[in-house]
Amino acid sequence: MIDWEIVRETLPAFWDGLQITLLLLLVSTVSGLVLSVPLAVARASHRRWLSLPVFLYTYVFRGTPLLVQLFVIYYGLPQFEAVRASSLWPFLRDPWFCAWLAFTLNTTAYTTEIFAGAIRTAPRGEIEAARALGLSPWQVFRDVFWPGAWRRALPQYGNEVVQMMHATALASTVTIVEILRIARDVYTNYLVIPESFGIAAVFYLGLTIALTLSFRALERHYLKHLDPAASTRREPAGTQRPIHA
Amino acid sequence: MFDGYLPMILDGLRVTLSVASVSLAIACGFGLAGASARLSGSPALRAIAMGYTTVVRSLPDLLLMLMVFYGGQVLLNRLTEAQGWAYIDINAFVAGTLTLGFIFGAYLTETFRGAILAIPRGQIEAGQACGLSRLQVLGHIILPQMIRHALPGFTNNWLVMLKATALVSIIGLDDMVHRASLASAATREPFTFYALIGLIYLVVTTVSIVVLTGVERRVSRGVRQDVLP
Repeated sequence: MIDWEIVRETLPAFWDGLQITLLLLLVSTVSGLVLSVPLAVARASHRRWLSLPVFLYTYVFRGTPLLVQLFVIYYGLPQFEAVRASSLWPFLRDPWFCAWLAFTLNTTAYTTEIFAGAIRTAPRGEIEAARALGLSPWQVFRDVFWPGAWRRALPQYGNEVVQMMHATALASTVTIVEILRIARDVYTNYLVIPESFGIAAVFYLGLTIALTLSFRALERHYLKHLDPAASTRREPAGTQRPIHA
Repeated sequence: MFDGYLPMILDGLRVTLSVASVSLAIACGFGLAGASARLSGSPALRAIAMGYTTVVRSLPDLLLMLMVFYGGQVLLNRLTEAQGWAYIDINAFVAGTLTLGFIFGAYLTETFRGAILAIPRGQIEAGQACGLSRLQVLGHIILPQMIRHALPGFTNNWLVMLKATALVSIIGLDDMVHRASLASAATREPFTFYALIGLIYLVVTTVSIVVLTGVERRVSRGVRQDVLP
């Protein structure tokens, strides 16, 4: 059924593809995480001039397909003479930069909403207690506010990272040679399904399982203090309105 | 502004919307079947449904789509060869909607399952005790409440699927994204057209949210709303 000769021959290419997929995932989730924390604070703010622009940004990026966002950036931007003349042009003509930009903007939008939801559900008493103890606003944020929000957001954030891993497959449409591109090339060369898309599926399945297990371990670490009785009495973190992931 | 390509793009929107609605119908079928299998008494059915939702939700949509598109063609060719029929070319619309339906059926399985589980068992037992038939219990007790519980998740899945329809352009369907790429190639104005279809997607998602939130409010009348502080 499976031609192991082809698998043996193409497996090194799949390994390379795996590294590219992981690299894409890493650069976009790390920059997404860094950007979304301040944006989430702004989004959850009561000041409309702070929250409204962030809402518009997340709404646009959550309301359009990632493929279209990628195409607007990679194929679309060079339409403008100003872009081609600018100092950013060497970056914007590079598929890697464009994929990173599109993925980051996309995942930041979803992550911002996840974190903002977690921030909104922060217990007021915790913050008041921290203030009463004389902590500075920055200390309140760093030691009380953010750790709690991070814990509440973790299950949903784990889902978002898995979604992002799946989304890296779109990079194959802008000439980046990640797992799915390898699979498509193997298919074109040998016209076999199990040895091309089947192997890619095994890789993605393995990645999904690895990510899910890592996040479960993180949850066990960060949510250790929640005893089962307390967590059944109170609604779990996932009960906020779903944001369309 | 769009060099007369607007009607062509809007016609692509028609294709996109028909792909999305046909896929949704298929996904609901898979979802209901999956949810009943997950909740059934048979361990084999439960295991199959569990495997279906786990594997499908662990793979990228685009991979599944290419797999069904190319793999389906190979299987079809083998079948036609074995039967001695003429070569049948797999239709991109059929492949696209079947794949999207199959993928989002897995997500809807979980949504529907959760919605059924949210109905208090006592109500179903009470219905049976009153002498209602299985069908009456389903129609009068389970379905109305299931719809209410499933709607938030359903809305979410619909929005994700709507955006996933952009992928059918990759397997050669002549949808809005494909039309935009044709128009960009002809006019050398890719930004204009990709941004235009982005805007159209945004309008469709906005309308969906407004409509489905209205429906949600309607099916939730008679349920006390939690008043948030």
